[in-house]
Amino acid sequence: MAATTPKTHSEAQIRSWLADVPDPEIPVVSVIDLGMVRKVTVTDVGVVVDVSPTYSGCPATEVIEDSIKTKLDNEGVVGVTVKRVLSPPWTTDWITESGRNKLLEYGIAPPVGSAGKRELLGKTAIRCPQCGTDQTSVISEFGSTACKASYKCDECLEPFEYFKCI
Amino acid sequence: MVMSKEEALYRYVLRLGDNALVLAQRLIELVAHGPELEEEMANANFALDYLGQARMFYSYAGELEGKGRSEDEFAFMRGEREFANFLLIEQPNGHFGDTIARSVLFENFYLSQLEALTQCSDSRLAEIAARSVKEIRYHQRHDSQWLVRLGDGTAESHELAQQSVNNLWRYTGELFAGDEIDDILRDKYNGPDLDRIKSDWQLQTAKTLKEATIAVPEDQWMDNGGRDGRHTEHFGPLIAEMQYMQRSYPGLTW
Repeated sequence: MAATTPKTHSEAQIRSWLADVPDPEIPVVSVIDLGMVRKVTVTDVGVVVDVSPTYSGCPATEVIEDSIKTKLDNEGVVGVTVKRVLSPPWTTDWITESGRNKLLEYGIAPPVGSAGKRELLGKTAIRCPQCGTDQTSVISEFGSTACKASYKCDECLEPFEYFKCI
Repeated sequence: MVMSKEEALYRYVLRLGDNALVLAQRLIELVAHGPELEEEMANANFALDYLGQARMFYSYAGELEGKGRSEDEFAFMRGEREFANFLLIEQPNGHFGDTIARSVLFENFYLSQLEALTQCSDSRLAEIAARSVKEIRYHQRHDSQWLVRLGDGTAESHELAQQSVNNLWRYTGELFAGDEIDDILRDKYNGPDLDRIKSDWQLQTAKTLKEATIAVPEDQWMDNGGRDGRHTEHFGPLIAEMQYMQRSYPGLTW
């Protein structure tokens, strides 16, 4: 596709392309679903995408930034800049409704409640993504990635991952 | 000579990076050596958080210094005497009680420090602190629970955990010693007030130790010097291992 001038792309168009950029570690959700794309600015000279990393040490951060750039380059957008934005810090509250549903269908329990201090430190009932009961127990507060904890269902006995509320 | 406020900010941010990196390195040493699977993952995750924080601090320090030094150069191309982390952090992992006691004593400090820094007048530092504080809150809760389990566990685990706290206690004075850099941060950047952090730390630490049935060690002589680059004998081997690849193959990239 031939490169076009940046102004010809609307913010909505850019966002719809970004909805195809997956999280490399949980490919069922996109960077839009996760609420990582904070702002899309279309100017005369290019497009600036503001991205919030999820965790400080998340090894996927650089991959995600590269994937965003590559995706927009491939769509013919010129002058793409991906800007890392720390403030306000990313929170699971920004995961969209559709993102939460996708996580659930994939077998990962989405974060419960909002990410205040209280919820992080409190005990919240986590629903099993398989059978829907809230009779579940924590196996480990840590899992395969920094953002998840390991749970098991006390009813259907399936183990599952929970996306931690942060 | 009086230090400029810009110089103080640079050195303060660099110290934060050193603390985060050295603790990350210590926790990374536990990968494949954790006492159980959950702790294996916990420590790997925590190490990753600390490493991420170190990267943010070092990148910012490089910009403040303005000489084009990258985060890797701060981590891998400085000598022992140029690292300004606390002595507490570089202490060896020892047994699991030692590792946990070290984390609890440090995180009770670091959490208060980061919370105060979210209010500082340097917006970039405040942003990094706001990002990091959420992670450290999780670490502190997890590590404190472990100290309680060990201290209030069997007679043997109690004895060992008490010994761990006793052994590390002499390195806690340095957390609040403060110097010109801390003063400038407090006065010119609305940074942390170490007296207040100290009283918060004492309260929080006494509370966790009490729950863990561990006695608070008596006042004693306190070690000092990490922030000026005078380290304990454990630090040399740590950075030798950490820096091996860059020292052997300078400029190596993945």
